[in-house]
Amino acid sequence: MSPAPAPSHPAPVVRLRGVGKTYATRVLDGIDLDLFPGEVHALVGENGAGKSTLCRILSGLTPATDGGMELNGQPYRPRSKRDGEGAGVHMVMQELNLIGTLSVAENIFLDHLPHRAGWIDFPKLYQRATEVLDRIGMRDLDPRTTVDQLGVGPQQMVEIAASLWRQCRILILDEPTAALTEPEVKQLFEQIRNLRAAGVAILYISHRLEEIRQIADRISILRDGRLVGTQPAASLTLDEIVRRMVGRELGAESFAEGRTAGAVALSVRHLRRGHQVRDVSFDAHRGEILGFAGLMGSGRTETMRAIFGADQPDAGDVFLHGNSQPSRFRSPREAVQSGLALLNEDRKAQGLFLSLGIRENLTINALHRLSGFGGWLRRSDETSVVRSWIDKLAVRCHSPDQGIVELSGGNQQKVIVARWLFRDCDILIFDEPTRGVDIGARFEIYHLLADLAAQGKAVIVVSSDLLELMSLCDRIAVMSAGRLAATFRRGEWTQDKIMAAALSEHLAPTRATAASA
Amino acid sequence: MAGTTPAWRHWIGEFLGLLIGLAALITVFGLTTDHFLSGTHLRTIANQIPSAVLVATGMTCVLILGQIDLSVGSVLGFAGAMLGVAMTRWHLPLPLAVALALAVGAICGAFNGLVSMRWRLPTFIVTLGMLEMARGAAHAVTGSQTQYIGSAVGRLADASILGFSLPFLVALVVVVATHILMVKTVFGRYTVAIGTNEEAARLSGIDPRGVKLSVFIGTGVLSALAAVIDTSRFQAANPNAGLGLELNAIAAAVIGGTSLMGGRGSVLRTFLGVVIIAVLNSGLAAIGAKDEIKRLITGAVIIAAVIVDVYRQRGVRRPA
Repeated sequence: MSPAPAPSHPAPVVRLRGVGKTYATRVLDGIDLDLFPGEVHALVGENGAGKSTLCRILSGLTPATDGGMELNGQPYRPRSKRDGEGAGVHMVMQELNLIGTLSVAENIFLDHLPHRAGWIDFPKLYQRATEVLDRIGMRDLDPRTTVDQLGVGPQQMVEIAASLWRQCRILILDEPTAALTEPEVKQLFEQIRNLRAAGVAILYISHRLEEIRQIADRISILRDGRLVGTQPAASLTLDEIVRRMVGRELGAESFAEGRTAGAVALSVRHLRRGHQVRDVSFDAHRGEILGFAGLMGSGRTETMRAIFGADQPDAGDVFLHGNSQPSRFRSPREAVQSGLALLNEDRKAQGLFLSLGIRENLTINALHRLSGFGGWLRRSDETSVVRSWIDKLAVRCHSPDQGIVELSGGNQQKVIVARWLFRDCDILIFDEPTRGVDIGARFEIYHLLADLAAQGKAVIVVSSDLLELMSLCDRIAVMSAGRLAATFRRGEWTQDKIMAAALSEHLAPTRATAASA
Repeated sequence: MAGTTPAWRHWIGEFLGLLIGLAALITVFGLTTDHFLSGTHLRTIANQIPSAVLVATGMTCVLILGQIDLSVGSVLGFAGAMLGVAMTRWHLPLPLAVALALAVGAICGAFNGLVSMRWRLPTFIVTLGMLEMARGAAHAVTGSQTQYIGSAVGRLADASILGFSLPFLVALVVVVATHILMVKTVFGRYTVAIGTNEEAARLSGIDPRGVKLSVFIGTGVLSALAAVIDTSRFQAANPNAGLGLELNAIAAAVIGGTSLMGGRGSVLRTFLGVVIIAVLNSGLAAIGAKDEIKRLITGAVIIAAVIVDVYRQRGVRRPA
């Protein structure tokens, strides 16, 4: 298929012809793609469709197996990321590449630190960093701050800032908004529009199709390593995009029907931990999905970690199944043994065993069910368990012993979901269960969560994706600056009401300080 | 790269490189010297390695766990010293003296594990401290004098079954049992998981503390067992026994493809690593290489083995 022309720009800055890549299998095949200066070009597709591979090839991280690329009419064959950056191609990756112990300014200018005779010229460095941060609307961020002290959202902005100040002609953004809050997304989009006006070509990857409709000029859809088509964004409806990505129809499904909430499974009372969890109380019922909405840093993750025993709360009680005796978990192990599960937000650092296979990742906390005397593992039982979960969740892989690193983000997430489902916990806390997961796989995970609730389990979902919560949950609790600001039932909520609740503590700073004093 | 690679091909992939390396060494030394391939000489090598095998086995488990134990050589010295003192001064019977030595190893290992966990210290630091403390203790209890025990202890090393010395057989059994423990049991799976990502293991409901403590105690006991074997072989307890052994053990583990970052390693391959180092040393001695040359070559072999392993790993993960 020939790419749709971009009307106002005669010559593409990048031209891909027949680009393909073969690892163990063919992951990318015959990609023809043109990028024009001053366009935002969205790349969409399910996990494993080849988006990331295409970006890696374009940015120089991976060589293409076949096909050719041109940059401004010249052959372009980057052999490393540095090569690509030298030619003006920059990529901000899904997994951040910052050095946590260095300052924001040092990270932005890492390979171009201003210096005199080898000594870093810090005043100049900070001044330049301030200018760059200013340009992306991060005026409030002190360039001397250590990156570790920032949340994921600001970190991402720092990474974007680091590519912006360089002579960047093509900017590849891989899931830039996955960890951002709405105001941060707005800021980012403003920046993207500025760059577009300055003639930068932006290749934008996201699973959030709503955003793509807002920001993209053209959309290229990948499916199973092939380009399904490139079209002006205005000519595609959401349904069409999804249909062409998945290759089948996905109806507008609701995941909150046909279940009734039962007895209270988990009661949290007056939970406190530092500044991030301030007097949180709520009940989660069997047979319902309770959502947690809020801005980044509103304390949702911290609340869940304190309940689970991953961090010790300063005060407060957790009651299980209506017991009058509080349960206080001194470790995640105790929580898991009492039937709690926590699916972490940061998959790579806190969920996965990256150098191990699907098998080990899936069964790690339920090995007692697969072992006999002396802890002897029944390997064939384990194999059939792993296979059945691979089938049930449609994990794309070729063997139960395939390395987990070889799977796409969404498939890795499925394996972790399977881990907790196999552990058979009856109170399940999912923190961002679909982060970086494609539409098709998302729907499968939604179905799973709905099934679990229908089976009488208590399901808690923390998510930054409001639409996700609204289609999934029976109730949505909204946190704001460490407090539970409001709880809405299905039917009561609107996006506006939820956002207002999420911002409530920020709009009433006097109340917050008065209460914490 | 198909998922259904037969087990035997996997098996060969794991060991082929090491076996080829070993065969090459034996061939070279066999051709260049007269008596290298003789039964007596090979038996001498086999009798020299048991203590190194035991210590390297413990070290491999610690490395798989993502930790390190620098104290193994000193603990060997301390446990041997206690064995010697118990027999020469306190006149304890052999079984009791051996039990005492093993207990010393267990206590040193428990100290390493408990202190590093209680105060969240890197095991590098704690075991470095133990390296000094145990060596100091070995000298303190013996008054820095080698304790000559005589044949009362020698009968352990002299015993043989089917031509193999008892220590060699003990080492072999320990290697196989530890390998099975690491590969076939929940404990082994936990060790690998913790070594790969301790936080993920903790958050999925595993208590890493029990596993860590067990591995450090096990390593201490294996060092003590090595001390018993060495003491028996020399019929004497030298407070300087095991000096620098920790680095030999790490070298053997690394030659066998163990990752210092944790999560990857095999006790069986470490065993081959020990054998390769022993054959190399003894072969170089047989061709008359001086000590300084031996060290030069051994060092180069360690680095070369790791380079080969890097390529092997790449090949396994993804054909480039």
